[in-house]
Amino acid sequence: MKKTIISAFVAVSTLITTVGMSFGDLLVPVMTYRVGPFAANGTQNANGFVDYLTMLNERDGGINGVKIKVEECETGYKAEKGVECYESYRGKNPLVHTPNSTGITLQILAKAPEDKTPILTMGYGLSAAAKGETFPWAFNYPTSYFSQMTSILKYIDSQTGLKDQKIGFIFLESGYGREPIPVLEQLAPKFGFEYFLLPVAGKDAQNQSSHWLTVRKEKPDWMIMWGWGVMNPTAVKAAIKSRYPLDRFVGNWWSAGDVDLGPIGEAGKGYKGATFNATGTDFPAVQDVIKYVVSKGITKTGSEGPGTVLYNRALWNAALIAEAIKTAQDITGKKEITGEDMRIGLENFVLDEARLKELGFAGMVAPIVGSCKDHEGAGAAFIQQWDGSKWVKITDAIDPMKDIAQEMLTKAAAQYASNNAGWTTQTCN
Amino acid sequence: MDLLTGIFITPFAEMIGLPDLFFQALWDGFVSGTLYGLIALGFVLIFKASGVFNFAQPILVVLAALALISFYKMGVPAWISVVLVLIMFYGLAWLIERLILRKLVNTDGNILFMSTVALSFIIIGAAQWIFGGRPSSMIHKELGIPTGSFEWPMFGGGVYFDLLDISAAVVAVILIVCLGLFFSRTKIGRGLRAVADDHQAALSVGISLNQIWVIVWFVAGVVALVTGIFWGARSDVSFALQIIGFKALPVLIIGGFTSVPGAIVGGLMIGIGEKIFEIYWGPLLGSGVEGWFAYFIALGFLLFKPQGLFGDKIIERV
Repeated sequence: MKKTIISAFVAVSTLITTVGMSFGDLLVPVMTYRVGPFAANGTQNANGFVDYLTMLNERDGGINGVKIKVEECETGYKAEKGVECYESYRGKNPLVHTPNSTGITLQILAKAPEDKTPILTMGYGLSAAAKGETFPWAFNYPTSYFSQMTSILKYIDSQTGLKDQKIGFIFLESGYGREPIPVLEQLAPKFGFEYFLLPVAGKDAQNQSSHWLTVRKEKPDWMIMWGWGVMNPTAVKAAIKSRYPLDRFVGNWWSAGDVDLGPIGEAGKGYKGATFNATGTDFPAVQDVIKYVVSKGITKTGSEGPGTVLYNRALWNAALIAEAIKTAQDITGKKEITGEDMRIGLENFVLDEARLKELGFAGMVAPIVGSCKDHEGAGAAFIQQWDGSKWVKITDAIDPMKDIAQEMLTKAAAQYASNNAGWTTQTCN
Repeated sequence: MDLLTGIFITPFAEMIGLPDLFFQALWDGFVSGTLYGLIALGFVLIFKASGVFNFAQPILVVLAALALISFYKMGVPAWISVVLVLIMFYGLAWLIERLILRKLVNTDGNILFMSTVALSFIIIGAAQWIFGGRPSSMIHKELGIPTGSFEWPMFGGGVYFDLLDISAAVVAVILIVCLGLFFSRTKIGRGLRAVADDHQAALSVGISLNQIWVIVWFVAGVVALVTGIFWGARSDVSFALQIIGFKALPVLIIGGFTSVPGAIVGGLMIGIGEKIFEIYWGPLLGSGVEGWFAYFIALGFLLFKPQGLFGDKIIERV
């Protein structure tokens, strides 16, 4: 009798859990890191993402009347924890995975087609995922690391020309940091510049004096950084200490946040960084988040969050997901969609100027349209510069070297597929 | 041939060609070395008192730095915050002695080591819960530690000196001298050495093991605070600082686990060695040499001089 009661209890609990998780909510998982060496950046990412979806629940009652359930999982930016998080979402009908780490993305990429849940890595992850025909389940809107590196090189070209320039590339020794190196390898002989690599191991992120002594020895004309977390402010401080001219030091869009330069302040004046979103709180979408979420105190965000580089980017990440959910609902006619439906949404959303204005993002980001073939999108980046207290946009959008980037992406995608026997692809019209 | 040139000629030609860079590397290595030595000191203290490698020492550095910043952010003046952290560490030392060490007297060294591993994870969890995971800026300016830098012109170039680095080196040397005197000239210091040799023998001659342990853990906390202030000022204070803390392991292997001068000599060897090797021989090996150089040297010591430069040679008779 006792056994029967226990069995029944377990069965009912399981049923309630499964049903409760599977229906009635739009489950948007998000892997975050609010602790560890990357926490400063990870926290702003997490807050912006969660706050935007919370705002939709508060203001609109969710999307098409269905509430959004955001489920955070702490990874500490560690790949093995990310895989654990991924597994914890199984069976709950997650609509899309946002790993917030290239290392984690590489670990779960092969699982997405099996589980029929897409992965959106906004401006990070595997660059080759831009090729929708090879990677039906992975998206890296609005641009990839390959494209970003070509945009940064175009910027350098516009300043000093690339020919005969020496470029130092300092990067976090990880899948993320190594991702754009093929671009340097391919373009150095083509444009006549030379480069050298400075890998920074995660454990040395706060101990870079040797790296910057090497910079002093090599005397590069330009430095490019692919850093994250505590590595960023440490690198800028080390550059200042070694008298490297900061206006010749360009970080990628994960190396140019307010959390990176804020504590350095005036001393960091001149440092540059790429980005694909504007800062500030003047945008209606940011205002709505402040009104419905931050000022009500239903958030982990302090008043310093909204308007900053990473927070605004995370809002944009969440908005793109919300738009894909809405698109999937409209196309399938279902309110409660699945991961498979979400994939359709991610290939068919339209965020043109008119829709961006409607959503309150006009002027903050560039328009983008979902596509079966192109999972990367427009791909442009612009350069901003730290003025001692805030980031200031100093260029218009710089398109990537599309012909070169696309050729490299196609090659990298084909290479990935050939290395993974039985890889799921798709054909696009 | 290129390889031989890269190993035996190019580095020395670069040292002669750019002497200012060579001196800069020596200075930067010296500063890093004294700071490594400082971290290693914390380990040496506990090892001398209990014969155990204190796995929790690096997280004590983070805890001290975060507590200091938090007290200051609560409106407590900077130097009063330092005093509060010291009081906190005395309380922590007392708790560790009462709740862990007292129960483990005369147990196997591995058990004591595992207890410090457990303690480390407890402190990480508690610290993240109390202080959050976000990196913070050190309050060194508020403590009156000088900042800024000056250039010493040399051979057509220059060597840059940060006042913060100079302060760190001076404070580290003073602390090491004081601790050396404390161990050799005071009754507590001699008691501590007796405890390290044999718990039971020390107890039998009336040395209070419990008192010694509280004092030693407290002093290790003081060292952790000084280390946290200077490392935190050089970058930021985050939980990643504890990773730097483990750089002390090869320092200890080289200097010897029981030697205060060994900690500083080992620290300097690693600090200067890794800078010179990374800059001049690193390109041959694809850079990133600094990450493993210290462990490579330590492995050599383990093979040929396992007690380190200044460690006690253990002779066990059959």
